[in-house]
Amino acid sequence: MEKDQHTHIVKYKTYLYVLIALLIMTFISVAVTGIDLGPYTVTAALLLASFKSILVLLIFMHLKFDKKFYGIMVASVFLLLACVIVITFMDYLYR
Amino acid sequence: MSETVNQHTEVSYLEYKGRFKGLFAWIFSTDHKRIGLLYLYSMLVLFSVAALLGLAMKIELIAPGKTIMDAQTYNSFFTLHGITMIFLIVVPGLPAVFGNFFLPIMIGAKDVAFPKLNLLSWWIYIIGAFIALSAQFLGDGAPDTGWTFYAPYSFRTGTNMLPAVTGAFVLGFSSIATGINFIVTVHRMRAPGMTWMKMPLFPWALYGTSWIQVLATPIVGVTLLMIVLERTMQIGFFDPALGGDPILYQHLFWIYSHPAVYIMILPAMGVISEIIPTFARKTIFGYKAIVVSTLAIAFVGYFVWGHHMFTSGMSGTALYTFSILTFFVAIPSAIKIFNWVATLHKASIDIQTPFLWALCFLFVFMVGGLSGMVLGALSTNVHLHDTAFVVAHFHFIVFGGTGYAFFGAIHYWYPKMFGKMYDKSWANIGLAIFFTGFNTLYLPMFYLGMTGMPRRYYDYVDEFHGPNIVSSLGALLMISGLIIIITNLVRSAKYGAPAEADPWQGKTLEWTVASPPSLENFEKIPTVTKHPYGYE
Repeated sequence: MEKDQHTHIVKYKTYLYVLIALLIMTFISVAVTGIDLGPYTVTAALLLASFKSILVLLIFMHLKFDKKFYGIMVASVFLLLACVIVITFMDYLYR
Repeated sequence: MSETVNQHTEVSYLEYKGRFKGLFAWIFSTDHKRIGLLYLYSMLVLFSVAALLGLAMKIELIAPGKTIMDAQTYNSFFTLHGITMIFLIVVPGLPAVFGNFFLPIMIGAKDVAFPKLNLLSWWIYIIGAFIALSAQFLGDGAPDTGWTFYAPYSFRTGTNMLPAVTGAFVLGFSSIATGINFIVTVHRMRAPGMTWMKMPLFPWALYGTSWIQVLATPIVGVTLLMIVLERTMQIGFFDPALGGDPILYQHLFWIYSHPAVYIMILPAMGVISEIIPTFARKTIFGYKAIVVSTLAIAFVGYFVWGHHMFTSGMSGTALYTFSILTFFVAIPSAIKIFNWVATLHKASIDIQTPFLWALCFLFVFMVGGLSGMVLGALSTNVHLHDTAFVVAHFHFIVFGGTGYAFFGAIHYWYPKMFGKMYDKSWANIGLAIFFTGFNTLYLPMFYLGMTGMPRRYYDYVDEFHGPNIVSSLGALLMISGLIIIITNLVRSAKYGAPAEADPWQGKTLEWTVASPPSLENFEKIPTVTKHPYGYE
């Protein structure tokens, strides 16, 4: 066990705000599909999904209150995934 | 590192009596060394089967037309050969066997971070193997898609695809669990004083590999699951008839399967980085450059998957992007080669069997790597795609790289693992025959590919007959060498002379413990004060 481990209690109110933000973004995700963005429809969906994931990771999964090192590790993984998606879409956008 | 090398008095892990006896003492053991050997024995059986399938295919190709099997059997043979070799042997191979056995010892730990998860990984591996192999015997005939399960054929073939794909999906969990275990072990369990830059290069390679396992394997897992759903529910992910895109399947498949090549080759490079300084009696040249190049290969290797798809119909932008990125990945690989060669410069080399394997590795890996450059260039790729040239390149990299490193590793660490020494003369004879057979088998395939012989065909025109005869004879020679090598190792486990704790005068921590090690490796966790390759 880590010696410097400590618990962090998040207020219920914060969880409620996050929940509302997630729900709003879910509605936006659905609404966006009604707009013809062409090939950028996927970009919009992925961006919204990313914002939702970040909120869940930071608040629900307590990444915000953990060591910076873990945040950097998770961010690196997200960056890697983003690069993979961008390179994949270099095929779809220009085909 | 500690200079003291004593055979201690504790009971070795092979003789230790735990809760269970006999077979159960192995299959329920959470000892990382026993789990490593469980993988080794499982893979030895699977490798023998897959190698014999390969030999049967080469015998089929010794003459045009039907020789010993029909086209459908040939299709299922190369599929089973590929699935077994890739998913069951080469991908898990070095990390599962030697990583499990030596990672904790080399970083001065008593076991991996999660021993029970480690045992679970082996069980998942065995279950996955049974599911994948059951496809050969159940239902509507053995799968015939090749190990890549390309869409849309993999949805339309009447053969028994689901178990093969499900088996590969299950095997992914084993890979992920092992990766997580190793990452945590390296972060949390290094001995006092073992800073990152004092960690030996094999653990470094395993660390880089583990990240790829954890990050890339879920993608192929989901992709394989999508195939299952496509076949059973006709959803339309990849099948054009249902509105899907077959090229999307290729993207998703290779997003995993190209990094998987680095899962195969990075630990192999780690093994070579251990063998060369030990027998050169010299500190490895450019330790930091090797570490950085390991991480660079793991990172850049993630973005080159598209070079498997140059003729699939991708956009021009994607084509040249992937081609440029492919050339980038050659840079860190070349850095390693130069570092190994520089280590040998003016060294007091002790020529022993593991060292010879490492030298052979350098040769075959260079041939494989340089032929990869030919395939990475768009213009030549169009000509060579799906020809025997690709098969030769692939086997020079995967069999020549990972396979040679695997055999190098087993000859290097065998005295430590089993406490016995193998017969060096037979080991060298086996290697000489194997190496000759290997080159006789695969070099003609470069020529065959360049002159237009397609891969995965059981028949060919008469013009290809001569090189195919040479290649098939090479296969027979190579298998003869393998039989000598494996027989020597198996026999020596019983009849070999007792091994010393440090028979090669190695400097890393595994050579400071007894051969074979005790259950907990170290009587007292060592404190590391020196560089891992402190020969000077």
